[in-house]
Amino acid sequence: MPRKGILVDRPYERLTREQVELIHQASMQILTAPGLISFNREAVDILHSHGAAVESIAGDHQSWQIKIPEQVVLSAMNSAPKTVKLGARNLDNTLIMHGDEPRVYLITGSETNIWLDVDFPTYVNKADPTREIRVPEFKPRRGTVDDLCQSAHVCEHLEMVDGYIRTVNIQDRDITEENKDVNKFFASLNNNTKHFMSGLTSLKQLDNVVRMAELIAGGKKALEDNPIISFITCLVKSPLQFVDDTTDTFIEVCRRGLPIVVSSSPQAGTTAPIKEAGIMAQINAEVLAGITLGQLVKPGTPVLYGSVPVRARMDTLGDSYGSVETSQYNIDCVQMARFYRLPNYSTSGVCDSKIPGQQSSIERLFSDILVTMSGPQFLHCAFGLLDCNSVFCLLQAVLDDAHFKMIEFFLRQPRIDQPELEAMLKQIREVVATPQKLYIGHIRPLLRSGKISGVYPFEGSGEADNVFELAYERMKELLARPVEHIDRETTTRIFEEIPGILPRLNIYESGS
Amino acid sequence: MSKDIIATIKENVIQGRKTQEDVGIDDSLAGTPGVVELMQQALKKNISPQAIITDGLTAGMQVVGEKFSTKEYFIPDMLASAEAVGAAMDIMKPVLESANVETKGKFAIATVRGDIHDIGKNIVAILVRGSGYEVHDLGVDVPAEKVVEFVREEKPGYLGLSALLTTTMTEMGVVIKALEESKLRNSVKVLIGGAAVSEEFAQEIGADAHCVDAFDAVRVLEGY
Repeated sequence: MPRKGILVDRPYERLTREQVELIHQASMQILTAPGLISFNREAVDILHSHGAAVESIAGDHQSWQIKIPEQVVLSAMNSAPKTVKLGARNLDNTLIMHGDEPRVYLITGSETNIWLDVDFPTYVNKADPTREIRVPEFKPRRGTVDDLCQSAHVCEHLEMVDGYIRTVNIQDRDITEENKDVNKFFASLNNNTKHFMSGLTSLKQLDNVVRMAELIAGGKKALEDNPIISFITCLVKSPLQFVDDTTDTFIEVCRRGLPIVVSSSPQAGTTAPIKEAGIMAQINAEVLAGITLGQLVKPGTPVLYGSVPVRARMDTLGDSYGSVETSQYNIDCVQMARFYRLPNYSTSGVCDSKIPGQQSSIERLFSDILVTMSGPQFLHCAFGLLDCNSVFCLLQAVLDDAHFKMIEFFLRQPRIDQPELEAMLKQIREVVATPQKLYIGHIRPLLRSGKISGVYPFEGSGEADNVFELAYERMKELLARPVEHIDRETTTRIFEEIPGILPRLNIYESGS
Repeated sequence: MSKDIIATIKENVIQGRKTQEDVGIDDSLAGTPGVVELMQQALKKNISPQAIITDGLTAGMQVVGEKFSTKEYFIPDMLASAEAVGAAMDIMKPVLESANVETKGKFAIATVRGDIHDIGKNIVAILVRGSGYEVHDLGVDVPAEKVVEFVREEKPGYLGLSALLTTTMTEMGVVIKALEESKLRNSVKVLIGGAAVSEEFAQEIGADAHCVDAFDAVRVLEGY
């Protein structure tokens, strides 16, 4: 049984059908004029052999101007699967995404350099030393492989997390560019039985991580049937450029037939127009170009329409995930993907705030609610991310899980039908005839049925605001719960066959 | 046999099953007699009313209170149990009177003149009744004269006054003044409650206690 996700009954849409078609047409025009610049030779050759016009550009770096005719794009879109399955170590965590069904799966990610620790030092009131309070203090540091294990472990137990994207960049002293991929894949897969998605640091490690996945899934065919891993590549750099190394990675993943996200992340105001029509036409062209390339490499490659549009901050020109427009762009992208009937990889929850607190709660809830309501199939960045995607805080992920539980409850379909109304009329007539006129007695059959939402799970007693302390306790409780690690025999084979995995990650040998 | 019935009464109080039609907290007792039916059986068998009250009703409510304080039970559970106990007390009233067994006391409650809000008042009435007191609900928008008349005639030991609005809370002071003028103030403990009132206000108008909620009202009564 696949995970149920959140099925949005009537998804929120900002664009009319006519506006969607106008964006599509504008994107088609962009793909022929100006077209894309490619710094990757193989992509040029593949597209050229299928009818794209190619012209070499003079300059220091070898590059080509590619103009992709509409027919090439439309033909490629036809071969892109409209349903994508993302497997999992635990089959109950399988994700089935239909491009025309607004069933939302909530996913972690993306990869941050900074891990945010939390502590609760006690402060004494100067005026009245008998009064003390505990105040959360957040301390940033570089992420490690142990942090990644912890994050995967807790996310295994977070009810609303449907799939796991590595949350933190591992920067231990013994991690190198060569062994980073095998360690991040193993650390994540060994501590989490949900679907795992990641980018690659080194293309040389692709076969090693695929082999690792085959060993875990039970063989090459088993991995095809149950793709427990998938990849994300930002092959397009905005505006409209195929990057050399990530395009190489993209092509190789497509050749292996594993699911992959074609992701584009233009920044409105700097690398894309700030006006909605402009950024939408451009990001759609960028994603379609990537999908087209993937389908030409191997028709039928399972692909997600990946959109991470963001508005620039006017004070720093950095990303502003907390801006209102960022949510608007993301919701528009969900509609565009649905227009092509492709599953969508969308973004919400990232905030501008640097630490958990009021700003982060407001920013992330705003986008989490609205983007979820638009019905993307794969909603990433939704747990624990702060400071515009550069900081991950596990405590925040625990809070986000509770908030998504509320959003899930809110999006339940209403039950308004004749039998229900007849039952309610009977109840109203009965209660109004009683002296006390209270409906409380009718609550009880629903109390423990899950049909009444609970109180905020981190509510303190009285006026005390203990949200962070209670969430921290919850986090520790989840860390203390065991997870289903990869079995001893498979672990042994992985360590024998895949070079570079840190010995301390072998729980059967290191005693950790 | 009597122990079995009393134990079953206690279990049904814990489950909040007033009659056999009630499902209760789970369906383990579904279709079996509830508190009302069990009370009728118990009285037919001449089981001691005191034993029923102490080992059945009060013991059951004690468990309910514990479950509420550990957050296993919610207010609707507590009220269902209190209603079951209240119904049991109604059935036992004639028996208790003929046996000269005293209840915990007579409690009158009213929403004061000008105010028609009664959710809080009703919940207090249910819980206080479920705690073994004889409750007289005078209703809503009750003028001071009517309260005074009831106190004079029925001699309740306790009087609860409720008001939701800042515009009607002053009427509580009017009632207390009227009781004083009628030389009845010392005969009755006056408890006030409602969203608008406070401990400070209770002292200002000369009430005996301010109750923050229905449970507090029971606690205050038990303290007298």
